[in-house]
Amino acid sequence: MYAYVVRRLFVGVIMLIAMSLVTFVLFFASPIDPARYACGKNCSPELREQTRNALGYDKPVIVQWTDFLKGIVQGRDYPDDPELRAAAPELVTHCPAPCFGYSVVNTKTVNEEIKEAFPVSLSISVAAVVLWLFFGVLLGVMAAIRRGTIVDRGIVAAALVLYAFPSFFIGLFLLKFIAIKWELVDVPVYTTIAEGGIGGWLSSLLLPAVTLAMLYMAGYVRMTRAFVLESMTEDYVRTARAKGLRQNKVLVKHTMRAALTPLVTLIGLDFAGLMGGAIITETVFNYNGLGKLAYDANTTNDLPTIIGLVLLLGTFVILANIIVDMLYAVIDPRVRVG
Amino acid sequence: MTVQASNLESEQLPDPSGAPEGDVSKLAGKSPTRLALGRFRRDKLSMVAFVVVALYILAALSAPFLVKFGVLDPTSFNQELTDPSTGGLPIGKLGGISWEHPLGVEPQTGRDVLSRVWYGLTFSLAIALTATILAIVFGAVLGIIAGFSGGWVDATIGRAIDLTLSFPSTLMLLALSSIGIQLMADILPGTFSDPLPNGAYVVFVLALFGWPGVARIIRGQVLSVREREFVDAAVLLGASRRRIYFKEILPNLWAPILVVFTLTMPAYISAEAALSYLNVGIKPPTPTLGNVLRSSINYSSADFIFFFTPAFLIMIIVVSFNLLGDGLRDALDPKTHR
Repeated sequence: MYAYVVRRLFVGVIMLIAMSLVTFVLFFASPIDPARYACGKNCSPELREQTRNALGYDKPVIVQWTDFLKGIVQGRDYPDDPELRAAAPELVTHCPAPCFGYSVVNTKTVNEEIKEAFPVSLSISVAAVVLWLFFGVLLGVMAAIRRGTIVDRGIVAAALVLYAFPSFFIGLFLLKFIAIKWELVDVPVYTTIAEGGIGGWLSSLLLPAVTLAMLYMAGYVRMTRAFVLESMTEDYVRTARAKGLRQNKVLVKHTMRAALTPLVTLIGLDFAGLMGGAIITETVFNYNGLGKLAYDANTTNDLPTIIGLVLLLGTFVILANIIVDMLYAVIDPRVRVG
Repeated sequence: MTVQASNLESEQLPDPSGAPEGDVSKLAGKSPTRLALGRFRRDKLSMVAFVVVALYILAALSAPFLVKFGVLDPTSFNQELTDPSTGGLPIGKLGGISWEHPLGVEPQTGRDVLSRVWYGLTFSLAIALTATILAIVFGAVLGIIAGFSGGWVDATIGRAIDLTLSFPSTLMLLALSSIGIQLMADILPGTFSDPLPNGAYVVFVLALFGWPGVARIIRGQVLSVREREFVDAAVLLGASRRRIYFKEILPNLWAPILVVFTLTMPAYISAEAALSYLNVGIKPPTPTLGNVLRSSINYSSADFIFFFTPAFLIMIIVVSFNLLGDGLRDALDPKTHR
């Protein structure tokens, strides 16, 4: 088991290094001059040259990439040029390991930006996962039990229709109609637990979480439904019924247990993807999470932030894959990792 | 024996007559294809979905001609139909619906909404279709090669799939947009803001992040197909790799490819809309369903019909394609039950 985890982590790290190289090549070997954006609008050629120097953009891509990797292991000081650092020691920003870079646009290290935005994205993702998992599984089971009836058709159709509307349409509809025009709920503004207590935090997450849940729920309804239907014909379910176990107990103890493995896979991967920020939802509701950070970084061509975010999200996905595979062994005794 | 390039192209499209070779099927009565078609026709919901999809495709094909002959006019301004005193809202009820403008007119410009969504459908479907075909061609070719070759080839393609899937695709789509569109504008005719480079960029990146999913599915199928006797026979007869890939294996894969096709199309139609919201893709005045919806956002409360129309059209086509895909899967695989 340990050997397996270590091997997977090792492959994961190699994958991340490959990802960072691809990202660097894509962004720095491009016709866009990163220094031009870092320097701002009224930028003289000398100033641009100075910016390029300060950020290390004058070096070859490969050197910039190794510097970046070194920064992750050892931490880094900005500006990049030792002469500039010596000239103005009071302006030096230290970025401790693991350093993901320094955003000139926001004059912060990327780590600080991520630290500020991450709780927002995490909150939205957790709220959304809880919502869609609860309703997805509940509706899926209901549809399966009433298979072929109007209830079944209605549930499956409604889930599909909600999924098929563009998610920014759903988000804007909730925001502009439910919250602003009809005033059914408060206009959502992100509130931390410290500011508004648990209640305030939860209510500020309602609309964004509903928006995301509608997008993901359909898949969970379908999967749960298919699984329950399939397992109804299984021998162990028939045995459980035959020995006199109640239908509901059979559902929870036997059927859902079998459905847990594919559900965990789906949740793990969806959650990992979401944690890195739901770009559209966060932009619609103007929540300053990782997705909004990514959107803004793209608008201002803030390459260090984009690269940091790409790698962070890649890490989430790779870790989620490893965790999901390990959970298999815990959930399903038939699975042995190795 | 070599295969001409032109032959290759036609081979890669799903061919409904590509039933297993030999005349056994005739003796047995109906071929598997006929049986699947029969099952499909009996499924009412799938037939409805099929008709809706067909209507959309017909509409998309007819739009350029209707625009050319002046029946549809997506670009002319009719500012006399909007009221400057209300901030340019259309005059009349329900967004200015009249006989000349059955879906009303756009606020401020007064452009005909029906013409815009109808013509926009052409661009949306064209983007989704090209991206789907590209993703499927690359995914299928690499999936077949990986599945058949095994060994280090399989491992390399497998790693490439894992690596691509670890990238946060929305963020990459967004972050690469300025570089990518510039690149497309250099290769293709048209400038940075023209529809062709912008559309080509969306197609390219959707396919870039879409092929791994296809390759995974196809690889799995190839693993079972390659164990069949006719493949062994072809190998023993000294058939070239190319012949084995495209003449022996590919014809057995058209069923999963067709299903993947019908399920990828709606995903890419949604993706086009989502990207339009993030300001990536074809820009107005050339309409797409996504950018018409985006331009309606500011009027969502004041002119609900204009806000709702493009979202509704997207929803209908996405639902229909999904139902069609489900129906095809059930029809092609007699073991599944709904």
